[in-house]
Amino acid sequence: MTEIALPQHHEHEHPSGITRWLFTTNHKDIGTLYLLFAVSMLFIGGSFAMVVRLELFQPGLQFVSPHFFNQMTTMHALVMIFGAVMPAFVGLANWMIPMMIGAPDMALPRLNNWSFWLLPFAFTLLLSTLFMPGGAPSGGWTMYPPLVLQTGMAFPFLIFAVHLMGISSVMGAINVITTVFNMRAPGMTYHKLPLFVWTWVVTAFLLIAAMPVLAGAVTMLLTDKYFGTSFFNAAGGGDPVMFQHVFWFFGHPEVYIMILPAFGIVSQIVPTFARKPLFGYTSMIYAVASIAFLSFIVWAHHMFTVGMPLAGELFFMYSTVLIAVPTGVKVFNWVATMWRGSMSFETPMLWALCFIILFSIGGFSGLMLGLAPADFQYQDTYFVVAHFHYVLVTGAVFAIIAGVYFWLPKWTGRMYDERLGKLHFWLSTISVNLLFFPQHFLGLAGMPRRIPDYAVQYAEWNMLSSIGAFLFGASQLIFVYVVVRAMSGHGEKATDQVWEGARGLEWTLSSPPPYHSFNEPPKVP
Amino acid sequence: MNTSVSHYYVPASSHWPLVGSLGLFALTGGSALALSGHLGLGSFGMGIGFVVFVIMLCGWFGAVIGESQGGRYNDQVDVSFRWGMAWFILSEVMFFAAFFGALFYVRQFAVPWLGGSGDKALAHEFLWPSFVATWPLLQLPDAGQFTVAKQAMAAAGLPAVNTLILLSSGATVTWAHWGLKAGNRRQLVRGLWLTVGLGALFLGLQAHEYWDAYTLMNLRLTSGIYGSTFFMLTGFHGAHVLIGAIMLSVVLARSRRGHFTPTHHFAFEAASWYWHFVDVVWLGLFVTVYLL
Repeated sequence: MTEIALPQHHEHEHPSGITRWLFTTNHKDIGTLYLLFAVSMLFIGGSFAMVVRLELFQPGLQFVSPHFFNQMTTMHALVMIFGAVMPAFVGLANWMIPMMIGAPDMALPRLNNWSFWLLPFAFTLLLSTLFMPGGAPSGGWTMYPPLVLQTGMAFPFLIFAVHLMGISSVMGAINVITTVFNMRAPGMTYHKLPLFVWTWVVTAFLLIAAMPVLAGAVTMLLTDKYFGTSFFNAAGGGDPVMFQHVFWFFGHPEVYIMILPAFGIVSQIVPTFARKPLFGYTSMIYAVASIAFLSFIVWAHHMFTVGMPLAGELFFMYSTVLIAVPTGVKVFNWVATMWRGSMSFETPMLWALCFIILFSIGGFSGLMLGLAPADFQYQDTYFVVAHFHYVLVTGAVFAIIAGVYFWLPKWTGRMYDERLGKLHFWLSTISVNLLFFPQHFLGLAGMPRRIPDYAVQYAEWNMLSSIGAFLFGASQLIFVYVVVRAMSGHGEKATDQVWEGARGLEWTLSSPPPYHSFNEPPKVP
Repeated sequence: MNTSVSHYYVPASSHWPLVGSLGLFALTGGSALALSGHLGLGSFGMGIGFVVFVIMLCGWFGAVIGESQGGRYNDQVDVSFRWGMAWFILSEVMFFAAFFGALFYVRQFAVPWLGGSGDKALAHEFLWPSFVATWPLLQLPDAGQFTVAKQAMAAAGLPAVNTLILLSSGATVTWAHWGLKAGNRRQLVRGLWLTVGLGALFLGLQAHEYWDAYTLMNLRLTSGIYGSTFFMLTGFHGAHVLIGAIMLSVVLARSRRGHFTPTHHFAFEAASWYWHFVDVVWLGLFVTVYLL
């Protein structure tokens, strides 16, 4: 601490220069840092995906070695999950939650800074492995032993990078949950909280409960490789399959960590542009909580084919399919919110609508995969790849982009270019379906995932998919241009309310909002 | 003490988080280098990283203590700290859950399957038909890769004594808390001395047990799954006892300086919550690692 101010008086400083960003305790600055970090990781992880799709453009080995191909698939997943999607959601939480609940800032502002500033270092460790002897990790982001234990010099860097990302996520989650529990303005009761806040509370709980389990799992990998333990070595009485259990005990809640905040964003946007309150607000909260609970008892559906007692297969199949119920509640509530609404279709609404439709497609293919006997056929095919990209790209990423368009005028005080926003939307939506929809057919026809070559019968769909990938990647440059323009003060000035149908405390603040959102607790309507 | 929430407290910008990140970066990067064969550079990074990290802890906590003593925290800050600590402890519980889960899985499924029972008995049939499933597992499926332990760790003796010690330390820290709440600083300081002393005694005995395990019993990390689960669970627990004891020592030093009041002593409670958490983990360990 550099200065001591008077009691009951918080710092009204507005620091500038590089130290503003390095030492900041301001939720908006930290939110901006998170979002900028996420978008840079989106492009790094995206470039890895471009390498993958380039290699798969035609059958045969064309551009990269199989080993490098495997590094690209592995790093693509790690960077996108831990570097792009999760930090983007934390960035949105940082920006919006204090403004939505009428707080001055996050509850633990210094910890907030630390959560962010661990990430660039974690990804320095991870990305540096690309330049090491033996290359980056190539055993898949799921790090299954014994394969992952054959990783070269990159191995310990991978493990410690995951540790640092985990510490960052857990601290960020503690901050969010503490902020919501303790910093709400008087009158902002739990049943008045915006859905984005609610979904984030549940997500934070999932993060706190799941990330440490991942830390434990990768620690066991580390000791198995370097200190002679035999957790995953059957010769010493361990079991390599045990890693999959521990990993997916983290991994399945992780899936919901990446989608619940997306539900929250869509639940903010749809009522705004339907000009109706959210239908079934309370049932939305209970649905989110049910999904979170179920997420802890479905993990082995990722490993139906690995071998498990019949009772296990049945239990995990039924619990998995049960998730369709609360998810269905959410989808029907969004649709009912729009029913007889006074709808308009600005860019955020287009993304949100597309989220509802395309995420549901990902949900349906998830149901197919959740059925154990059917999964024996689909396991490790492109059908799985299509499924989780519908959920994560047209689900999580689309919702993040929707949220950015929705809140950008509030953040910057400038309206984005609506024409470019719509162009970005239509190009992305068409190309993303061209990219991922054919992968369903490839998978059902038996094309295995994570293999750089394929039989000639898969050539046409792969070529289409690759063309879609290049188009989708290029379309995101429009997004960067639109955001940079608004950030640099171009475009029409935004009003405080921004959208005609916008309701909530965040829209009562000026656009852009003051550096400290609420110095005095606001009146909650 | 300000009890109204009409003014919020937001700390000024701080360089400590970045220092902490740099420290952890050097520590983990150095460890990774050392493990991948670059011992010199790696140890250097680890050393620097550790020192920087400790400096960060002292500086950051020092700043927070200074602000707290300066009367700058209102009740809302206090509650934020409480929630923060509670959720942090839950995350620690889940970290241990991974290792307990591994232990239960191995005992319930993996070892019996290797011994030929249940749904996945094929490994037994084709790889190690003479392997007999027992627990504690001393005779391994393929002993050639491992240091075979001569005997397992008994629950009676040191572990039982350690259980008593740790349980008593839970009582002494509560006794110290009673003293604090009654405004009796002598009882507070004595209670904390006792607690820290019992913690140190626990760690000493644990170290002795490890020594015996390595030298007399040939029980090591490399002794197959029994040694792996034994040392990882007790080792991480011991590390947490050390962290808890350091926390309590800081609280002890602050108590001697009269930092706490009967109504305002979050640091004491945080350290004691942590201590009780460590205590409960030990009970779980004692039952599932030593006793059963």
